[in-house]
Amino acid sequence: MIALTDVHKRFAGSAGAALNGVSLEVARGEVFGVIGPSGAGKSTLIRLINALEVPSAGSVVVDGVDVASLRPPELRALRRRIGMIFQNFGLLSSRTVAANVAFPLRLAGVARAEREAKVAGLLARVGLADHAAKYPAQLSGGQKQRVGIARALATDPDILLCDEATSALDPETTRSVLDLLRTLNRDLGLTVVLITHEMEVVRTVCDRVAVLDQGQVVETGAVADIFAGATHAATRRMLAAIGA
Amino acid sequence: MSGWFANVDWGDIGRACVDTLAMLGGSLVLTVLLGLPLGILLYLTAERQISENRIVNVGLGVVVNILRSVPFVILLIVMIPLTVATVGTSLGVVGAIPPLVVGAAPFYARLVEGALREVDRTTIEAAQAMGATTRQIVTAALIPEAMPGLISGATVTAVALVSFTAMAGVVGAGGLGDLAIRFGYQRFQTDVMVVTVVLLILLVQVIQIAGDRLARQFSHR
Repeated sequence: MIALTDVHKRFAGSAGAALNGVSLEVARGEVFGVIGPSGAGKSTLIRLINALEVPSAGSVVVDGVDVASLRPPELRALRRRIGMIFQNFGLLSSRTVAANVAFPLRLAGVARAEREAKVAGLLARVGLADHAAKYPAQLSGGQKQRVGIARALATDPDILLCDEATSALDPETTRSVLDLLRTLNRDLGLTVVLITHEMEVVRTVCDRVAVLDQGQVVETGAVADIFAGATHAATRRMLAAIGA
Repeated sequence: MSGWFANVDWGDIGRACVDTLAMLGGSLVLTVLLGLPLGILLYLTAERQISENRIVNVGLGVVVNILRSVPFVILLIVMIPLTVATVGTSLGVVGAIPPLVVGAAPFYARLVEGALREVDRTTIEAAQAMGATTRQIVTAALIPEAMPGLISGATVTAVALVSFTAMAGVVGAGGLGDLAIRFGYQRFQTDVMVVTVVLLILLVQVIQIAGDRLARQFSHR
């Protein structure tokens, strides 16, 4: 479904490379985690998948298509099939919850009646049916992330990218958001790619995981295997941090 | 009453008020129409923004800075040939509007740029990730999110324009500033001076209160 092959990314004006020869594959329908300490290149990596960042070298292929080869309208069409949620939610503070969820549909030119029906269903799915008319500032962090998830699902994507989606949330809220992601993965067959610095998140929700350290993938495998026998020092450090 | 304001011709005051309001209204509308797109362009073309373009950004920045560094009294005079060429006269309300706009639009453009920079970066990135075009990002995300700041900026600009209109009075634009200078200053009619200054103070108060109220209406943070 998603394949990164020998991807390098270097930012103008910075000394080292953000990514240094990363290759990984994400299968359709799995929850794939990328874990690493801050500065490892996780944010850059996840942004390559929907071409918010373009690689300096190497290829990013989604559903058989090299994203670098897409013209702007094709890229926008691809992005509608890839939902994304963020650590800081990225909601429009000037719009209500319902209007936020309807936003990607408006951008895509979906008619109002269809939008309204769709939004009602999405808000019910994430448990926010009663909050449609509120503004984001009136919600808790967990509720904001649920709005983010509903919005990301509005265009019926095949892939959901989660950029440190639970890092701003307390443990209990994190657990409920992760449960929701698991449910969506199971019910909709959604492929989920998430980046995190928390091993606990990986253990709770991921099928497979790649460990990223200093711009390189140092370990990849099923979550159970990584927890049972981590071989790389960076992985052991992160496991030690949660007492596993 | 008539003893205190012996020199005040209330008919003149009324006409001057109308002139000042006309100059202010006309120039404010044009300033926003010109300054808003200019500010958006400055924001979009800046480093690490969606339409990063160093040449356009630096070029526009230099023009804006040059216009902002010319004192308005001098701009008024320097612009006379251009004003005559565009609106046919350099006198009266109509003749005042081109220099007012040229003086205020770069100022408003910088305030617009600042207001847009306050918009949460993640929000813009989220819109990009949803497949928004640059035009959609500007009209559906950036402008609505920055609306309270854009209104506050327009309020500050309107207040600056009030003092600009008074200066424009010097070169024959009419209005309250013209009255204050010709009668209050040159003929030592202190009562005329007091009335015009009080009216200008009231005008600024009204603009500020209305602007604050409008900005609050758009704020949902």
